[in-house]
Amino acid sequence: MTDAAYDALVVGAGHNGLTCAAYLARSGRKVLVLEASERPGGLAATREFADGFRVSAAAHLLNMLSPEVVKDLALERHGLAYAARNLKTVVLPGDGRQLAIDGDRLEGASASDQAAFTEFQRQMQRFTKVLNRFCMRPFPRLTERRGRDNWLLAKLAWDVRTLGKADMRELLRIGAINIHDVAEEKFDSPLLKAALGMDAVLGSHMGPRSPNTVYAYLHRHLNDGGQGPALVRGGMGALGDAFAAAAEAAGATIRYGARISSIDLADCRTAGVTLADGSAITAPVVASNADLKSTFRLVGPLNLDAGFVRRVHNFRAQGVTAKLHLALDGLPEFPGLNPADAGSRLLAATTMDGIEGAFNHAKYGECSPLPVMEISIPSVHDASLAPPGKHVLSAVAQYAPYALKAGWQAGREPFMRSCLERLEAIAPGIGEQVTAAELLTPPDLEAEFGLRGGHWHHGEIALDQALFTRPVPGANHYATPVPGLYLCGASAHPGGGLLGLAGRNAAMKILAGEPAS
Amino acid sequence: MTPHDDRMLLDTPFGSRVQAACELREWEPWKGYASPIAYEDMELEYFAVRNATGVFDLTPMTKYRIGGPDAAAFLNRLMTRDVGKIRPGRVGYAVWCNDAGMALDDGTLFHLSRGDYRLCAQERCLDWLLTSALGLDLTIIDETAEVAALAVQGPTSCAALRAMGLEGLEALRPFGLRHYPFDGGELMVSRTGFTGDLGYEVWVAPAHAEALWDALFAAGRNHLIRPMGNAALELARIEAGFIQAGVDFVPAEQVVRHGRARSPFELGLDWLVDFDKGHFTGRGALLRERAQGSRFRFLRLDVEGNKPASESFILNKRGETVGHATSAAWCPSAKRNVALASLEMPWGRPEDELYAEIYTSRELRWTRVEARCHIIDGPIWDPPRRRQTPAPDF
Repeated sequence: MTDAAYDALVVGAGHNGLTCAAYLARSGRKVLVLEASERPGGLAATREFADGFRVSAAAHLLNMLSPEVVKDLALERHGLAYAARNLKTVVLPGDGRQLAIDGDRLEGASASDQAAFTEFQRQMQRFTKVLNRFCMRPFPRLTERRGRDNWLLAKLAWDVRTLGKADMRELLRIGAINIHDVAEEKFDSPLLKAALGMDAVLGSHMGPRSPNTVYAYLHRHLNDGGQGPALVRGGMGALGDAFAAAAEAAGATIRYGARISSIDLADCRTAGVTLADGSAITAPVVASNADLKSTFRLVGPLNLDAGFVRRVHNFRAQGVTAKLHLALDGLPEFPGLNPADAGSRLLAATTMDGIEGAFNHAKYGECSPLPVMEISIPSVHDASLAPPGKHVLSAVAQYAPYALKAGWQAGREPFMRSCLERLEAIAPGIGEQVTAAELLTPPDLEAEFGLRGGHWHHGEIALDQALFTRPVPGANHYATPVPGLYLCGASAHPGGGLLGLAGRNAAMKILAGEPAS
Repeated sequence: MTPHDDRMLLDTPFGSRVQAACELREWEPWKGYASPIAYEDMELEYFAVRNATGVFDLTPMTKYRIGGPDAAAFLNRLMTRDVGKIRPGRVGYAVWCNDAGMALDDGTLFHLSRGDYRLCAQERCLDWLLTSALGLDLTIIDETAEVAALAVQGPTSCAALRAMGLEGLEALRPFGLRHYPFDGGELMVSRTGFTGDLGYEVWVAPAHAEALWDALFAAGRNHLIRPMGNAALELARIEAGFIQAGVDFVPAEQVVRHGRARSPFELGLDWLVDFDKGHFTGRGALLRERAQGSRFRFLRLDVEGNKPASESFILNKRGETVGHATSAAWCPSAKRNVALASLEMPWGRPEDELYAEIYTSRELRWTRVEARCHIIDGPIWDPPRRRQTPAPDF
């Protein structure tokens, strides 16, 4: 280490950056987190979009957070509280039918679907348990044949092997294929299949028929133990606050309003960063919570090998997911839905083909005229989010491609209208209740969160961008080709979602002081 | 770009003159163009280069025009040498690598005017150039078909070109550039070449190509000028000890089998690698190689006897194969039997006894010899006129 004021700088106070900072600080490193905005959490944010109406700005339901990270950072001691846990998922096609998923229990499905679903859930849990082991530590390096890596790899192989012959065969069979085929062969209910399809495509430039969607499904359920998602009290920003409190308690310093203009090198290795105001901060280690493309833009292509820059360039990271926020002057009515379930996770989708049809438009740079949505009305469980008697609706809406052919200037209103029409179909009269509305498109997310391409997961969760190839060869073990520069965000393994594992694993790597392969 | 819509092989802008001169009608394809192996007699053409002037149509060489605000930085990151040292009006030899530090190609970089470059190379590499341009502000144009070029090489080359009207050419230093008005257009002359001798390369727009050929051959008649084909050039470049992409190494982007690519160190191009100039593609890999050692050593060998060691295995004292010759020829002017060879490490140390396993056929009777090889240190063919300025008048 040098005589620099800090041992490590963390670029971005997203939950992974804060996790990384906390683990580093716990180990006695002097850590400074630099955050461009004025608050912690990154995509874990709460946003007041209309007077008195607050909502989670990006991710709005919590189902992936690593229990180890929660425990290690004592997040609950630092303010993490839940407004509701284990939410039901209810599929609302808009014709009065509905299907609810409560853990492994279905409401509104046949007995045979129930039996198949129970078996499916158990099997998926066995798979995610194994997958989780792959995510709990930096992935072993395959090319260098070091003893420690071989040992880790053997352990992981053994974990897969312990699945038993039948499970292992099934994992190999479905691991890389699409959720549509798997759901079709197992279930009858179109609504159940639509729910599984939604789980597999939320946040991704994929339809249920896209290869890799089974993997995306498993990724989504990595840490939920078969339970439904939770609502963070005070919105997702409270989670960000808890992470920040944990990092500070561990000894890290967080500086807000500190936008970084470059990651600096000296003699081809990391030397620190320069801020937008021109001041420079030196440190031998920089961990970037920024997405892959933003990170290496800060380094500059001239400081990187051309082939590596090409891989970064080709990393698939264009978002298709928009966020819709509505201020409502009352609780909307969903025909067929038990009013007690209004605070559930609601899915506006009809069939897998309907989702695929919505995706088709995105392939050609168009918005879906009939979008699919994951809806939450968090004010049902958390009165702090809306004025008394009023409610706030948060919806993840797809597909809204980043590179919209018509441009977002022209595309914003039509997509907003399509979303409201879809909502009107499942909650007639909701349009009358809307007092304020906001749509965050992928370019908005890019601008707001510095997320190049506006992709929620920093980049597609697909097998070619997952596990030991995430995000790209050369930067796939948290370390990068620039000595001293590490990735600690969703661009790194295990990828997007509010997990905390990328930050935790990056810290392990930094503490071990390992260079890139 | 080169238009290949209607014909498999194109003629260069000198095509009408080349065809008329090519008595042997021996052609080979070269990057999409028909190129003569020899015009009349390969040996006469070779001796013209060494004793008078040989003229070689090098139009098929791939040429990229690179300009824009980031052009210099782009090239410095592309190439292993410090491109900043190639001043405007100068030409530099360079090699460039992929991320793994493996050579993609070598070639010459012409710094035409500040920030305006021409890269002249054997291989097409637009994809790699565009990859290297990601995030940078510059333009890259493939001008292979827009620039016709003749190499005018040999002791009387300067005199022949001056007789054509290129006054003051003798003052041009090696790797320098000069412009002359010609035929209502412009000629660019560089003191460069692939023969290791006094010589020039003359660059012109295709519209003036035939006029250039005619004027050059008319002016050069008394200087014993003669067109030369690929075979004579090949002999001259082996004698000069120059390596060629696709022959002495496989360009890394074309390598299919693991371990077949070569780094600059493994091609004897250490002097082109500058670790002090900042980052360049392959720097990390080459630093690792420098620390851990290379896998191969590139050598120029003087093989006893006069049988070319073409495609020969190189053996050690115990008869074990330790490498192979990549190019070989009996070199008449140097009077040495030269082989360029790639040897596995650690072989090729001064103390190693090396042999080339050479097979020759005389009237269908094959013989095999193991010819002792001596490592050549220093140049093979290096006449003083190659570097003299003003260029001597022969």
